[in-house]
Amino acid sequence: MAVMTEHEDRPTPEALLVEANRERHGKLKIFLGAYPGVGKTYAMLEAAQAHLAEGVDVVVGVVETHGRVETEALLRGLEIIPRQQISYRGRYFGETDVDAILRRKPKIALIDELAHTNIPGCRREKRYQDAEDLLAAGIDVYATLNIQHIESLNDVVARISRIQVRETLPDKVLALASEIELIDLPPDDLIQRLRQGKVYMPDQAGRAITHFFSKGNLTALRELAMRIAAEQVDAQMVNYMRAHAIPGPWPAQDRLLVCLNESPVAKRLVRTARRMAERQRIPWIALYVRTPNYESLAETAKDSIAEAMRLAERLEGEVVTIHAEARIADEILAFALKRNVTRLLVGRQRPRRWTGWLRETVAQRLLHQATQFELTIVSPEDEDARKDVIHGGFKADLGKWNAYALAAAGVGLAAALAYAVSFVLPLPNISLIFMTAVILIAIYFGRGPSILASVLSFFAYNIFFTQPYYNFSGFRRDDLLTIFFFLLVSVIVGNLAARLKLQIQAMRVSAQRTANLYEFSRKIAAAAALEDVLWAAVHHVASTLQSASLVLLPQKDGKLRIAAGYPPEDQLALKDWGAAEWAWDHGSPAGWKSETLPAADWLFLPMRTRRGMVGLVGVCFKERQRALAPDQWRLLEALVDQVAVAVERTNLAADIEEARLLTETEQLRSALLSSVSHDLRTPLVSILGSATTLATLDNLTDAGRAELVTTILDESERLNRFVQNLLDMTRLGYGALQPRREWCDLRENAGRAMKQFSKALERREVIFEIPPTLPLVHVDPVLLERVLVNILDNAIKYTAEGGRIAVQAFKRDSDLILRISDNGVGIPPEARNAVFDIFYRVRAKDSQVAGTGLGLSICRGIIEAHGGRIVAKVGPKNKGTTIEVVLALTEAPSVPHGEADEQLNEEVGVG
Amino acid sequence: LIAKRILVVDDEPQIRKFLRISLTAQGYDVVEAPRGEDGIAKCVASQPNLVILDLGLPDLDGQQVIGRIRESSDVPIIVLSVRTKDEEKVSALDSGANDYVTKPFSIEELLARVRAALRAKLEFTSAAAQFVVGELVVDVPKHKVSVSGADVKLTRKEFDLLRMLAQNAGRIVTHRQILREVWGPAHEDDVHYLRIYIGHLRQKLGDDSANPKFIESEPGVGYRLILDAA
Repeated sequence: MAVMTEHEDRPTPEALLVEANRERHGKLKIFLGAYPGVGKTYAMLEAAQAHLAEGVDVVVGVVETHGRVETEALLRGLEIIPRQQISYRGRYFGETDVDAILRRKPKIALIDELAHTNIPGCRREKRYQDAEDLLAAGIDVYATLNIQHIESLNDVVARISRIQVRETLPDKVLALASEIELIDLPPDDLIQRLRQGKVYMPDQAGRAITHFFSKGNLTALRELAMRIAAEQVDAQMVNYMRAHAIPGPWPAQDRLLVCLNESPVAKRLVRTARRMAERQRIPWIALYVRTPNYESLAETAKDSIAEAMRLAERLEGEVVTIHAEARIADEILAFALKRNVTRLLVGRQRPRRWTGWLRETVAQRLLHQATQFELTIVSPEDEDARKDVIHGGFKADLGKWNAYALAAAGVGLAAALAYAVSFVLPLPNISLIFMTAVILIAIYFGRGPSILASVLSFFAYNIFFTQPYYNFSGFRRDDLLTIFFFLLVSVIVGNLAARLKLQIQAMRVSAQRTANLYEFSRKIAAAAALEDVLWAAVHHVASTLQSASLVLLPQKDGKLRIAAGYPPEDQLALKDWGAAEWAWDHGSPAGWKSETLPAADWLFLPMRTRRGMVGLVGVCFKERQRALAPDQWRLLEALVDQVAVAVERTNLAADIEEARLLTETEQLRSALLSSVSHDLRTPLVSILGSATTLATLDNLTDAGRAELVTTILDESERLNRFVQNLLDMTRLGYGALQPRREWCDLRENAGRAMKQFSKALERREVIFEIPPTLPLVHVDPVLLERVLVNILDNAIKYTAEGGRIAVQAFKRDSDLILRISDNGVGIPPEARNAVFDIFYRVRAKDSQVAGTGLGLSICRGIIEAHGGRIVAKVGPKNKGTTIEVVLALTEAPSVPHGEADEQLNEEVGVG
Repeated sequence: LIAKRILVVDDEPQIRKFLRISLTAQGYDVVEAPRGEDGIAKCVASQPNLVILDLGLPDLDGQQVIGRIRESSDVPIIVLSVRTKDEEKVSALDSGANDYVTKPFSIEELLARVRAALRAKLEFTSAAAQFVVGELVVDVPKHKVSVSGADVKLTRKEFDLLRMLAQNAGRIVTHRQILREVWGPAHEDDVHYLRIYIGHLRQKLGDDSANPKFIESEPGVGYRLILDAA
């Protein structure tokens, strides 16, 4: 783009030259693509085929088909100039044989991938230079190019796509082209083609490429390509029109710059700028140059700037503030040049009353200097408006009567001191005392009082210390010099002091803000809960802006609620609620001094993050007459952003947790599927097989029949246990498992659980050691039985017939220990934790023991719901497995032994 | 002997079919109803001796069906429930059902419940009323209990407890029912009383909680005196 503006600005003989060169040269046609895979080569070959059909002499200089069949088909019939083989580091590379093409001298040569870098050893370093050679020889060149290879776009593309393309070609190649055809393919179609494998990709690119082809990237690149093509068309048209002396206006990328100042017409300037820009369909910028003077402006003036800037923003202008020491006009011009501005719009300023003949106004200066711009000066509409343009600084100084009185007193003091010292010191040095006083007054009270002090000092000196004493002796020449120096010193020091004071003030404010910010980030870093973050946020906003502040967050039903306030606030006036709701619904500021509901006391700003609006921040100032100054406004926006980020961070933490759960659920689901398909089906196969055998075969023995029936029964029970486990798992998974605790006799529950496996246990040695005297445990008996059943099921599963299974329980300190041990295959030490994970199953050597891997996971879920723990250990004598459950014993409530009970005891005993 | 009539209320045709076949084979007369409303109507029309009621009916809640049946009849009701809904069967029992069987069940289990339910509730009104199950003999008027001929000394509460279980021998008695009757309505929720007294009772009767021959526990629901023991 930057290259283009040169041409556009003024017609030059170069345009003629360019055009003339083209007459002699071959013509370059570029098939431009936004990204690989749009079909540039294909389009180029199609064009070549069309020419071929018309009898035009077309040859293929170099075309990369990347093995695509459709593209290769289009090569048919075209004459291909063989590539020259060039050896480089022991390998051969095929490069365009420019000499061969030059010898062949076709009308059109096809050159694919214009940005290609040739292998060292070729006659030119880059392929586009080959093309230039062909063009110079009068051969037309059809070439393909992707925009990421264009030098000036390289960085932009790299920023968009995060891929730095090394092969670039200068922008002038585009300017050389007499025709550019944009080969467009919508991103969705490209992604589709990618999926179908129709796009060639270098292997090494891998992940980078995947990112490159994201839809967002593609859309951005496509837009870029279209802009380039459009600009190129414009540039060509301009060149053409200039060359053929067609009068303007030529389409060009104009920009309008409106310079704002503190006059009340600033808003009018903004509107005028917008109208002009709108009419000419050009972008516009609103600029405010802020000088150190700004601080001394009247507050109304600051307000009018702030309002004008905000208006410009609302009217979709670009808003820029630059800081400058002085020479506003120079800054404006530098900015305008930098931004390719062609039109300037400024307001007319009144010359200052006193210094007007000395200093030019900005407008005047621009008028003299901005010769290359179109300058429009807007006058204030009426005299009323002008009245307010009084420079605030002087007024503010005048208000400080105290300072002047103190200045006078200071001079008096100096005079007294000088009088005392005059007996010791020679007269000429006395003036230094006054000078000191003037300097001090300048430092402390600024320019005005120090000027007064210098004048008073002069008179005091003249009256008291020069002859005739106590009498004003009138002006002599050296007196004039004295008073001149006094004044000079006071003005210089006063200015310096004033600036220093402003700087110190600014630093104080900024230090305070930094401290607040630090405090805020420290607080939110420590705060995990949303409540704490919000409290820190409102406190931070309130103390930074010296205002009341609120954070409003949406509730589940979408309605806003006050989530935090400083000072604490839990209700808002109706108009403020209205503003808040509007701000929330429209995602833009509303309330006090804004566009919407400006009568409200509160101002609400939406908290935005990348993921959308998270809530509102409200502020309410005690002083509500003035609008916010732009820097305050910016500060407020920055604060809102900080709060938004903090809120989002908390939200994110919750989301991450949710996502983690989701992933786990996903894993669970797939594990469940595989488990169900295997373990649900296995018993079904046995049942179905046995049942069909019973139903269809007549010649079964009685023993065989009985066995089949037993199989059906056993497998049904197994299926039942599995389904039961799935149900338990679901209940555990939903967190719906609330143990319904009762006082339970563990011996009884263990007995019931073992009864379910009576057949399997009969074939194994069983040790049962749960003393009847064991205290009652406060657990859910049904769930406890599930635990026992699952552990026993595993113990039996992994212990061969004849093996040993022990069920033991005892009291240890205040815990109840339940152990179920076997001397079976055992669990490898490294898997002892994992067996409690869902769907984990220790793999036996070849044979897969039936089971789901759900059982122990359920046990852990249940035991943990009871506040206990469950671990897997090696079994007794280092063989097999022991599953140990530890449950806390609580004291069972005692049963009252009333007198009546005892008496009846007697009676029954006797009876 | 007139065959006892059993009304089966279940929406699953497969379950009805299997119940019809097995119950008919046992000499019962089976009436079927696929829905709650149906069941209530047939309960009036065919005057069954026993109702087997599925709690998961499509049209009516099981509790409602029990309530409606109880308005006009005290026919024994056995409910079929799934295990995951323990509280459902407890409330069914509390609202008038006599026993329950958890699905899936074996036919022996159901038949045992049916037999127990069909037996008239034992009333120890006559002086000779005695209850005998296996080695256990409970003589209510004499307040005497013996196991294998040996006297067992019980406290009043233990005896009341045992008597209540014996009156409903083979049938489930919920914790709540026992607590209300033996300890009074104020102690309905004091299951630990029951646990401790059952412990004492078992100890005195020489019963083992791990492998009971007299008193069987249904966790979370209640107790049952084993009828088919020995």
